[in-house]
Amino acid sequence: MATSSVQSPAVGSFTEAAFHAHLARVAHLPAWWLDRKKAAFARFAALPMPARTNEGWRFSNIGSLTLDGFAVPDGPAPRPATHAEVGIDGLGHLIFANNRLSTRGELAADAASQGVIFSTLQEALVRHEALVREHLLTQPSKLGSEKFAALHEAFLEDGAFVYIPKNVTLRLPVGVFHYACGPNTAVFPHTLVVAGENAKATVVDFFRSDFPAAAGASAPPLDASPQFACGGNDLHAGHGAQLTYVATQEWSRATLSFQFNATVARRDARVVSVNLHAGARQARHESYSQLQAPGAHSEMLALTIAHGAQEFDQRTLQIHQAPNTSSNLLYKNALLDQAKTVFSGLIVVDPDAQKTDAYQSNRNLMLSDDAEAHSLPGLEIQANDVRCTHGATSARIPAEQEFYLQSRGIAKAQADELLVFGFFEEVLGKIDNENLHDILSGLIRRKFKE
Amino acid sequence: MKPPSEIEAPEIENPVAGIDQSAGDFKYDVKYDFDAGTGLTENTIRYISSVKKEEPWLLDFRLKAYKTFLEKPLPTHWATKDLENINFDKIRYYLSQGQKPKRTWDEVPADIKKTFERLGIPEQERKFLAGVEAQFDSEAAYSNIKEAVAKQGVIFVNSTEGLREHPEIFRKWFGKVIPTGDNKFSALNSAVFSGGSFIYVPPGVKVSHPLQAYFRINAENFGQFERTLIIADEGAEVVYMEGCTAPKFSTSTLHSAVVELVALKGAKIQYITVQNWAPNVYNLVTKRGLAHEEAEIKWIDCNIGSRLTMKYPGVVLKGRKARGEVISIALANDGQHQDTGAKMIHAADETTSTVVSKSISVGQGRATYRGQVHIPRHLKGCKNNTECDALLINTNSRTDTYPAITVRGDKNATQHEASVSKVSEDMIFYMQQRGLSEAQAMSLAVNGFINDLARQFPMEYSVELKRLIDLEMEGSVG
Repeated sequence: MATSSVQSPAVGSFTEAAFHAHLARVAHLPAWWLDRKKAAFARFAALPMPARTNEGWRFSNIGSLTLDGFAVPDGPAPRPATHAEVGIDGLGHLIFANNRLSTRGELAADAASQGVIFSTLQEALVRHEALVREHLLTQPSKLGSEKFAALHEAFLEDGAFVYIPKNVTLRLPVGVFHYACGPNTAVFPHTLVVAGENAKATVVDFFRSDFPAAAGASAPPLDASPQFACGGNDLHAGHGAQLTYVATQEWSRATLSFQFNATVARRDARVVSVNLHAGARQARHESYSQLQAPGAHSEMLALTIAHGAQEFDQRTLQIHQAPNTSSNLLYKNALLDQAKTVFSGLIVVDPDAQKTDAYQSNRNLMLSDDAEAHSLPGLEIQANDVRCTHGATSARIPAEQEFYLQSRGIAKAQADELLVFGFFEEVLGKIDNENLHDILSGLIRRKFKE
Repeated sequence: MKPPSEIEAPEIENPVAGIDQSAGDFKYDVKYDFDAGTGLTENTIRYISSVKKEEPWLLDFRLKAYKTFLEKPLPTHWATKDLENINFDKIRYYLSQGQKPKRTWDEVPADIKKTFERLGIPEQERKFLAGVEAQFDSEAAYSNIKEAVAKQGVIFVNSTEGLREHPEIFRKWFGKVIPTGDNKFSALNSAVFSGGSFIYVPPGVKVSHPLQAYFRINAENFGQFERTLIIADEGAEVVYMEGCTAPKFSTSTLHSAVVELVALKGAKIQYITVQNWAPNVYNLVTKRGLAHEEAEIKWIDCNIGSRLTMKYPGVVLKGRKARGEVISIALANDGQHQDTGAKMIHAADETTSTVVSKSISVGQGRATYRGQVHIPRHLKGCKNNTECDALLINTNSRTDTYPAITVRGDKNATQHEASVSKVSEDMIFYMQQRGLSEAQAMSLAVNGFINDLARQFPMEYSVELKRLIDLEMEGSVG
C-alpha cells in the first residue's frame, strides 16, 4: 500500500523534558506505575497524529488537534475562584485543580465505617496499591485515540479513587471536581470507580475551567483562553453491582478536550453513565463498554448542546462478550449556530453472545441552518439469536409543535427552549437522583442563555 | 409424533455450496481470436485500444486511468483485507472472438450460442424483453433491439460502438458521473474497459419493455470490465436489467464494472441487477446515477453470488425534486462476503431518497451494509429514509452495518433504522405444526422477509429470485 504522506509523530508541548518534570512532581510513584507511564510516553511520542484516512477520525476536524502552546502546571493546587456548591447536601467531594487536590469534603461517617474508600489516586497508590493496579487504565484504547490515551496515562498525576465494598450501598452521590485554572493549562483528570459485588453507588464528575480575575480586571473572555484537557475514567462494576456515573463537561470554550471512558460490567451488573457535554472548542469523547458476563447491562447516555463553532466528536463501542447481556445507548445532540457533531457508534456481538439485546440511537436536533451533524451508527453481529437495532435521525423542531406553543403565546425563543428540554428529558428522566437531575437541567438552561 | 429413535440426526449446517450456481456452472471450450495475455502493462492497454480501433483520445484516457490505478491504494483501511488476495498480474484482461456483436442468434458462433441457450437468454428475449445484449468475456457476442423500439430512436449498443458511432451523445457523459479517480477499481475499469451497454432514450420515449444485458465469464483467471452508460433524455423512461454468471473455477476471477446513469429532467431510470457470480468471483463494481430536476433513479440490486461483492449504488440528486432509491437484497452463504449498500448525495432542494436493504446471512456467510447519506449546507426540504434489516440463519453467521449520515442545516430530515434478528422460533414451530418441514418453514420465513422487496422486481425475476433463495436455504437448518 502506498502511503503518500506519512504523518510525523508530534508531541507539541508534551516533550520528553515535560514528561520528566512531571515525573519529578509526582509524590508517590511505585515501580510498576513508573514503568507503565514510561511505556505510555514512548507510545505517545511514537504514534502519529490522526490522519485523514483513519476511519476512527472520519468527519472529525483533525487539522485543529494541536498539542502546542500548553503547559503542565507546576506548584501547589490553586483554589478555584469560581467554585460554587452544586446543591447536594452532604455531598462527599474532592476538588482537583491543575492535576492536584485542592480541597475535600469527607464522606458521611456511616459510609466510611462500611469500608467505602473515597480518596485521591495518590493516596490510594499508598494505601490500596493492589486495587489501583488491578483496575487503573487496564482497558486498551480501541476507538482511534491511542496516542492521546497514552498521553493521558503518561501525564496522569492525580485523580479520584472510589471503592465500594461488597453489599454496600452508598446513599448519597460523591462528586469529583476537576478544574483547569488559568490560560494554556494542561490537565489530565481521572476517576477510577470500583464497585464490589452487589455494591451500589453514584459518582459525579464535574469538569470546569477557572480563570481567576486579576485585581481590578474582569475575567478574560472564555473563548480567548485555550486549555488542554485529556482525561479518563474507569468504571468497574462487579457481580450484581449498580453503578451510576454522571459527568458534566464545561471546559472553557477554547479548550481542546479528550475524554476516555472504559466500563466493565460483570455478571448481573448494571452501569448507567450519563455524559453532558457543553464546553470546549473541540471535544472528543470515547466510550468503551464491555459486557463480560451474563446479565450485565450498560446504559450509555449522552446529551450535547453544541454552540458557536464547537465540535463534539463522540465515539462509542459496546462489546457483548457473554450471552444474555444487554446495552442501551442514547446520544442526543442539539446543534446551534455553526456547531458540528460526530457520533460514531459500534455494537459488537461476539459469536458466543447469544440472546444479546442491544440498542443504539443517535438523535440530532438541528437548530440552525449552519449546523452540521454526522452519524455513523454501526453494528457487527456474529451471533444469530440476538435483538440488535439502531437508529439515527437528524431533524429540526417539528413546525407543528413550535406553532402550537407560539399559538399559546409563548415566544419563539422560549418555545424552542421548552422543546429542547423536551428533547433532552428522555435522557434526564433516567437519572434517579432528583438533585442530579436538577443540576443537569440547570446547566442546560445556562448554556442556552449564553 | 415420531419416537425419539426415529428423529433424524440434524443435518450438517450449510451444505449449500453456492446457490443455483448449477445453472451457470458449466463451461465450453472457446477459441479466442483476440487475447491480451496475462497481467497488466501499458502494452495490454494499447493492445485493447488497437483491436477496438479506438480514437487517440480514448487511448489517452485509458493510459491516464492506468496511472491513477497504480497510484491508488487498495481501500483496506475500511474494506476487507480479502482484497489483497487479488493478484492483478495473474488476470487476463481481454479475450474475445471479435469486436462486432451479431444481430441474430443464428450468426453467433455455436460454442458461445450454446452457453446463452443453456442460460435461457434467447427464450427470455422472445418473451418479454425489448432488447438484449449478451456479453461473453470481453465483448458482446450478440446485441439486438426490437425494431419498434429502435424506431423510436432508442440507441442500445455496446460501449465500443457507442463511443465510435455516437460520440456526440455519449462522450458528453462518459466518465462524468463516475470520474476515473473515484476509486482504484473505477480507475482499473477506465483503463481496460470493454463491453457493457450504451443506451440513449430520446425525450419523452417510454420504453415499454425492459432492456437486458447478460454478462458471462467463461475463461479462468479472467477479468471482466464492462462499462455501461445509460442516458434518459427529458421525460424518457427505461428499465434495464442485468444478469450474470460464471463457471466455478478454483482460481479467482475479477469482475469490475463501471455503470453510469444520467436521468435528465423528468426522466426515470430503473436498473435491476441479479448478481449470481460463481463463488470465486471478486465483484467490485462502481455504480452511480445523476438525477436532474424531477428525475428518478431507482437501483434494484440483488446479490446472491460471488466470493466478495463490494457495491454501493449511488444517486447524485442534482436537480430540484429529484428522487433516488436503492433496494438491495443480499444473501451471503458460506465463504461469501456481500459488502453492499447505497450512497445518496443530495445536491439540490426538495430532493428525496430511500434506501431499503435486506440481507440474509447463512452458514458462515457475512453480509455488510455500508451506506452514505450526504445533505450539504443550505439546502431545504431534503429527506432521506434508510432501513436495513438483517436476518441471521445460523449461529455463526455474521452481519455488519456501517452507515454514515451527514446533515447540515435545519431544513432537512434523515432517518435511519436497522435491525438484526433471526427467524423466530414461534414462526417455525407454527409452520411445522401445520405440517411443513423445518427447511420448508425456514425457506418460507426467509421469502417472507424479502417478499415486499422481491415484489418490486419484474415478475420473471421475482419468481427466479424466490427459487434461488429456496435452493440456497436448502439444508441450511439443522
